[in-house]
Amino acid sequence: MTMTQSTSTPSLKKPRTIISKERIAIYLFLIICSLFFLLPLYIVLITSLKTMPEIRMGNIMSWPETWNTDAWVKAWSTACTGLQCEGVSVGFWNSIKILIPSLFVSILSGAICGYVLSYWRFKGAELFFGIILFGAFIPYQALIYPMIKIFATFGLYGTLPGIILVHTIFGLPIMTLIFRNYYSTLPSEIFKAARVDGAGFFGVFFHVLLPMSTPILIVAVILQVTGIWNDFLLGLIFGGRENMPMTVQLNNIVNTARGAKEYNVNMAATFLTAMVPLLVYFFSGRWFVRGIAAGAVKG
Amino acid sequence: MKYPLISSRLAARLTILPFVVIALTIFVGCVLWSVQLSFTSSKLLPNSDFVGLDQYIRLFNTTRWIVSLKNMVIFGVLFTSGSLILGFLLAVFIDQKVRAESFFRTVFLYPHALSFVVTGLAWQWFLNPALGLQEMVRVAGWESFTFDWLVNRDFAIYTVVFAAIWQASGLVMALMLAGLRGVDPEIWKATKIDGVPTWRVYLHVIIPILGPVIFTSVILLSLSVVKGYDIVVAMTGGGPGIATEVPAKFVLDHLLQRANIGLAMAGATVMLLTVIAALAPWLYVKHVKKGANG
Repeated sequence: MTMTQSTSTPSLKKPRTIISKERIAIYLFLIICSLFFLLPLYIVLITSLKTMPEIRMGNIMSWPETWNTDAWVKAWSTACTGLQCEGVSVGFWNSIKILIPSLFVSILSGAICGYVLSYWRFKGAELFFGIILFGAFIPYQALIYPMIKIFATFGLYGTLPGIILVHTIFGLPIMTLIFRNYYSTLPSEIFKAARVDGAGFFGVFFHVLLPMSTPILIVAVILQVTGIWNDFLLGLIFGGRENMPMTVQLNNIVNTARGAKEYNVNMAATFLTAMVPLLVYFFSGRWFVRGIAAGAVKG
Repeated sequence: MKYPLISSRLAARLTILPFVVIALTIFVGCVLWSVQLSFTSSKLLPNSDFVGLDQYIRLFNTTRWIVSLKNMVIFGVLFTSGSLILGFLLAVFIDQKVRAESFFRTVFLYPHALSFVVTGLAWQWFLNPALGLQEMVRVAGWESFTFDWLVNRDFAIYTVVFAAIWQASGLVMALMLAGLRGVDPEIWKATKIDGVPTWRVYLHVIIPILGPVIFTSVILLSLSVVKGYDIVVAMTGGGPGIATEVPAKFVLDHLLQRANIGLAMAGATVMLLTVIAALAPWLYVKHVKKGANG
């Protein structure tokens, strides 16, 4: 043991230094990239904690002299969007109001469609699935005007049920796809056994399949929470004045407000809007990546 | 209970019916309606006055539309290739058995959780010449330093590309990393024995193996190119002037503010055709594969 070690030491030395140089290069690259990726978040955060005179001194990267949370309070409750001065809190609650029912309805719809497509073949099921998948790729611009007309006819345009329905419709492709894929991996004996035991259409779904769906439900929740929270266009068009989501309100505060710009308030509002998906991201960990992989299947 | 099969089947059909109706109305009906409107002279209100290709002729004689299309091409090429390259490099470097792997993964992917509005506003703030990067370098002593791409007609679109790459390359990284982890370790052993340099293995062996992942990434990225709206609205508002206009914004502006439905729908139809053209190779591959398998 000692012999081999002593004889091999000289020959090992050289490759070792080469490897460590390589290692250094690898870590250097990763660290520089990390700084690039963290930069905007860092700048948004420190700007939100500065006072306006400090911001005007022009060092965007400098650490705030004192931590000042006035901008956060203002961003949350009194920042102006042109006419109203109620901060992003209104948008936050609107987004919550939109998110919770949309989440529930869109996931349940996708689960049911996936369930029917997996176990209850019907005439035209393939075509139905094809149309739904095509729906994932249609640019919103090619749908929006007729949809506005249809929604207006039913009195849904610019209402909360309207925007919930819109999120359900645009969530349908991806939700149906992931649930269909998930259910088709389950052994079909489960379904058959439940049927033999006398469970009906809803019985199988609610008592047998749904309890087994936890992993895919988590993926669906992550996809939909980030997707619906980050939506801008649909909320802008279908939400109406009463239900303007946080992203729209944020954009109004930053880009259309009159008078002198208060960058610290703008950045505090930006950070507040980013917080919900960021929390989802950090707490979901690997599930988030699974969600991406599931979403990527559509491509 | 007497006729469980029949009643359950009926229940299944009745349950799926509303979704079939929605899919047909929205994903087929609305698309056809939009296309139909593009052949009419509709302005503020829709009409059925057929004018042939007039709206398309007018569309392609509109400077703003041409600028929008150009920007979509610039954005599409640079954003897609940039995200692919950066995402691939990140995945490869992370795959070198590094410490703190999950830290790096978390950092590279978090922008993907943010909305395009937040992305656009954060970069707008950093790149604004008055108080952002340019001013910081000037205050630090280099007084002639100029970096005003955000407000420069010729370069503003590249700042949008940059921000979008920042947002999307983590997604590519996650997909590629999964692909790299799926590579057969025997391949690495074999190339090591043959003494092939690592970079050549990546270039000639690994990248071809990752083909399907790259393909998926390209499709996903190019779809967000066509849909790209939020990030432009938040970051530049289409300006300076019309320098960063994109088709998605052109259509919505003409629909919602300029009350020119016919022209907007012509633009939307061109967008739809672009998406179909982008999807065609994918559909082709899928179809051929299906044919080969069964």
